[in-house]
Amino acid sequence: MAQIETFYDVMRRQGITRRSLLKYSSLTAAALGLGPSFAPQIAHAMETKPRTPVVWLHGLECTCCSESFIRSAHPLVKDVVLSMISLDYDDTLMAAAGHQAEAALEQTLEKYKGEYILAVEGNPPLNEDGMFCIVGGKPFLDQLKHAAKDAKAVIAWGSCASWGCVQAARPNPTQAVPIHKVITDKPIIKVPGCPPIAEVMTGVITYMLTFGKIPELDRQGRPKMFYGQRIHDKCYRRPHFDAGQFVEHWDDDNARRGYCLYKVGCKGPTTYNACSTVRWNEGTSFPIQAGHGCIGCSEDGFWDKGSFYDRLTNIKQFGIEQNADEIGTAVAGGVGAAIAAHAAVSAIKRVASSSHKDQGEQES
Amino acid sequence: MALEKQLELGDREEKVRKQTAVYVYEAPLRLWHWVTVFCILTLGITGYFIGSPLPSVPGEASDNFLMGYIRFAHFSAGYILAVAFIGRIYWAFVGNHHSRELFIVPVWRAKWWSEVWHEVRWYLFMAKTPKKYIGHNPLGQLSMFCFFVIGNTFMIVTGFALYGEGLSAGSWADQVFGWVIPLFGQSQDVHTWHHLGMWYIVIFVMTHVYVAVREDIMSRQSLISTMIGGWRMFKDDKPD
Repeated sequence: MAQIETFYDVMRRQGITRRSLLKYSSLTAAALGLGPSFAPQIAHAMETKPRTPVVWLHGLECTCCSESFIRSAHPLVKDVVLSMISLDYDDTLMAAAGHQAEAALEQTLEKYKGEYILAVEGNPPLNEDGMFCIVGGKPFLDQLKHAAKDAKAVIAWGSCASWGCVQAARPNPTQAVPIHKVITDKPIIKVPGCPPIAEVMTGVITYMLTFGKIPELDRQGRPKMFYGQRIHDKCYRRPHFDAGQFVEHWDDDNARRGYCLYKVGCKGPTTYNACSTVRWNEGTSFPIQAGHGCIGCSEDGFWDKGSFYDRLTNIKQFGIEQNADEIGTAVAGGVGAAIAAHAAVSAIKRVASSSHKDQGEQES
Repeated sequence: MALEKQLELGDREEKVRKQTAVYVYEAPLRLWHWVTVFCILTLGITGYFIGSPLPSVPGEASDNFLMGYIRFAHFSAGYILAVAFIGRIYWAFVGNHHSRELFIVPVWRAKWWSEVWHEVRWYLFMAKTPKKYIGHNPLGQLSMFCFFVIGNTFMIVTGFALYGEGLSAGSWADQVFGWVIPLFGQSQDVHTWHHLGMWYIVIFVMTHVYVAVREDIMSRQSLISTMIGGWRMFKDDKPD
């Protein structure tokens, strides 16, 4: 491993000053939720640690994860982290193409056996033996299994690799599955979102490089530091929610006043992501700030939960698309009618039997 | 109590039904019943308004806390309901044998099933006279278990899983009930099923109240006053 350059070497080669490195280290420490004392640790790791090779595979996807990643706010992230990791293999960003690119992948897998991190964008379709996604003349499914075999750890970029996303939405003709259905013997770090936030992506990689281990994950395999809270928990419109002030219709006065978007279907209360804290595009904005509700893109199966504009979403388990209130009122109405009918019959029967009894008593 | 104990020595099923008054529901059990009634009412109304909030309030956000109060009432009532339910389970161990009827349904007894069938016939106006029961009638017992025990447990488990999301990761509710969220898929699914569970409970309450009133009028024993005073009164001295 001695021949591999450190991050700092690469930075210096690219003309980045030490001062810039320290700025980057402090920023990253803040982004990761670490104390100021961790900034020197990050800088030290960047200076001394050999860069970890990263192989970035693309399955069924739209490349929005890559697009997000290259727009990471801090230029150093783009220039340094991206240029270093993409050098090994990333078929959409690397200079090489065709056989050369595939040869580079094989070389990396061979050379850094058990050392490289596998980053997967998109997911494999299982139907027709994986024929719905071909990379380098072979099904992506095979490439994924092959690359995962000797990986140190696996990062699932975006909702595709983490949950399945749009190509796995009903009826899922290609049988696209999240990568954890195919890779079962490696730790998988899920970084969901459609796409995930750039700073979250670079933050996860930096954490792994700095501390040499995977970040602490929640029950569903997401890094707690970025997915520990819901959009709703840190939303700047939360006071309007607590007050009971909602946008009732698009374009009403409440929308202009920036009230809570809960009633028009904002999924902030059920979505775990860092949008309301980290925000997007150099911290400029995020969907709710732009006046549109969260669509819950980093949650499992978000395409299949009905409209993005309804608070109560549909239940598809019944085959028909109804929300809980529609089902509930229908059944409660039915039970109410049955009770009324039963009560009427009971009353009639009672009157009939008591008059019958009266007659009987008179006769005897 | 004494009356009943005495009867247990003999052939319970035969003799018990001839009594005119038996102490069935002990004070803690009655208290639990009415606390639960209060909680379910509060939870149903506030829960509905959490899913479909009231029209927006005017004024500054800092002057209002309507949604906050509604949620506070919901969470408080949820806590009381859950604690009361734990108390009820405890009472099943230490209370009289009627206190166990809610949880232990004798599905393994053929005789019990034949009495369920008799009750079904009674409700379908096919049987002329109902049987006498000190505790629940078998159909009532079965319904209480399916609707109330299962429904209530489902609502407590899903409710605290959702509450744990607000308390944030690592909180007691997250540690104890957090596994529920991935089990259903994601948070939105748990919300939906919790909401559907409310309707399940609404249907239970409607049926429960109707049947209690109807049985109080048409059956051979008291129902409503029993849950207030604890004593089961029988209207006739005929056997069975």
